[in-house]
Amino acid sequence: MSGFRAILKKELADHFSSYRFLILFALIAMVSLITAYMVGINVSRELEGTARPKFIFLLLFTASGVGFSLVQFVAFFGPLIGLILGFDTINRERNEGTLSKLLSQPIYRDAVINAKFTAGVIVIALILVSIVLVISAFGLMILGVVPGVEEVLRIFIYLVISIIYVSLWLGVAILFSILFRSVSTSALAALSIWIFFTFFISIGAGAVAGALVPDAGKNNPEALIKSVQIQNAITLASPIELYNDSTATIIDPMRRTTRKLLQMGALEQLSMARFSGPLPLGQSVLIVWPYMVFLIAITVICFAISYTVFMRQEIRSL
Amino acid sequence: MEPNIVIEARDLTKNYNGRPAVDHLTFRIREGEIFGFLGPNGAGKTTTLLMMLGLTEPSGGTVRVLGMDPAREPIRVKREIGYLQENMGFYRDLTGRQSLQFIADLNGITGDEADKRIEEALEEVGLTAEAEKKVGAYSRGMRQRLGFAEILVKAPKIAFLDEPTLGLDPEATGRMMDLIRDLCTRRNMTVMLSSHLLHQAQRICHRLGIMIHGRMVAEGTMEKLAAEKLGVGQEQYSLEEIYMKYFKES
Ligand SMILES: Nc1ncnc2c1ncn2[C@@H]1O[C@H](COP(=O)(O)OP(=O)(O)O)[C@@H](O)[C@H]1O
Ligand SMILES: [Mg+2]
Repeated sequence: MSGFRAILKKELADHFSSYRFLILFALIAMVSLITAYMVGINVSRELEGTARPKFIFLLLFTASGVGFSLVQFVAFFGPLIGLILGFDTINRERNEGTLSKLLSQPIYRDAVINAKFTAGVIVIALILVSIVLVISAFGLMILGVVPGVEEVLRIFIYLVISIIYVSLWLGVAILFSILFRSVSTSALAALSIWIFFTFFISIGAGAVAGALVPDAGKNNPEALIKSVQIQNAITLASPIELYNDSTATIIDPMRRTTRKLLQMGALEQLSMARFSGPLPLGQSVLIVWPYMVFLIAITVICFAISYTVFMRQEIRSL
Repeated sequence: MEPNIVIEARDLTKNYNGRPAVDHLTFRIREGEIFGFLGPNGAGKTTTLLMMLGLTEPSGGTVRVLGMDPAREPIRVKREIGYLQENMGFYRDLTGRQSLQFIADLNGITGDEADKRIEEALEEVGLTAEAEKKVGAYSRGMRQRLGFAEILVKAPKIAFLDEPTLGLDPEATGRMMDLIRDLCTRRNMTVMLSSHLLHQAQRICHRLGIMIHGRMVAEGTMEKLAAEKLGVGQEQYSLEEIYMKYFKES
């Protein structure tokens, strides 16, 4: 236990004094400030004279400011935060010869991984909470609206999901830092997997569905449905998709989707209630719950692999 | 196990890719002695130390440290051993004092006790004046002394010092060796010191073991080793010949 606490303390100190953290934090603070400002101005202009709609506070997070909304920014950039914080966790210590010093002390090996992961999660939570606070403060100042209880709850749940989501990528990065001895290799591997899930999985899903159901088209609705189902099933394996679907349900209860019913994800179909009115919070949570469990499960799998590999790895100073 | 035997290895073996790096090693270390573990580079010294620390699993044979099996009770064994690794690494952004504090934290040494031990250790290795400097700015010799101070803070029963004078000039090497002898004797630590520098080690070691190609070819006091012929494979050599043949190039 003393090992876990000692490493956690040191890791946190390392993070907070590192340029990596400072740059990351400055970048994110800047983006959130600009987005919040733009959204605030736009929303207040649009709402002039009209009755205030429900969940106006949530609009701050979901309306796009400079081409993207804050939720979109976190969905896109969040994985990178996790990867940047974790890609050299273990291999840097190995290369600098500090890992064998650490492990020759009376501590369990898993305490090293656990403490480093926990430190990362704390940093992630701090970053995400500050984003939300910045936006909220702006909202209060520019729009002069006070969020309702339900809005606060929704934002809170959104935060929890986002922290889990970014931590998942941290877990992936830590796994790579164990698998690859070279720091640049693990950075590259982490980046590749992010690019794959961000840009290619939907293309890949389309290709697979096209290959499996070649005659999908307007005049063959059965095949079309099948093709879309295949695509949905494949993209559901992507944590990015899972995250997008679940946060949309939580923080964007009024969302009018432009997608055809057929093309909607499973979640959206389930939350059809949205078309008639906002989905009640309880139902949103119920829908999102399995997705959160799934995100956590992926993280746990990363951990399981990390443990098994790390426990059996030989530790040498060189 | 005899009462004052702290380490005992029997037929300890480690194979890498089917080739033995450590080959049926058998030896005993007594309490309070400084044992010089000598051998040219690649002889298997580091591998042996790692097996005794539980950081590497033996392929065969047994080793007992204070009666414990390092492979089965690694945490308890590591509590009793201070390890100065070869090419030791440091957290460059920590100061000397912070490095020692981290070691104290990891060993559950807290509060006044930690402060006292850190102060003492800095004093003993002569780093008090440099304690607030970052380790990244330390010279090689200072780092080596800091590494030794980390052991002093931990205050274990046994110290494994793997090539503690690597990269030091002859004068610094001599001072480091004296420091090791004085402090370990004062604290009654049992020391296993690995080195490829025969002449440096013999100055401070009570007993020497000579390791070549994973095998212990000879073991005993300097006088004993110098007096007898030592077998390496099929050949018989005197200590001086072994030195000339195996140690000169390194
Ligand atoms: N991880 C490893 N994989 C394969 N061979 C290794 C590994 N580690 C060490 N060896 C080999 O084991 C032998 C002993 O190495 P080592 O214990 O480091 O020797 P020494 O410390 O005496 O210089 C060397 O021949 C080295 O090449
Ligand atoms: Mg060695």
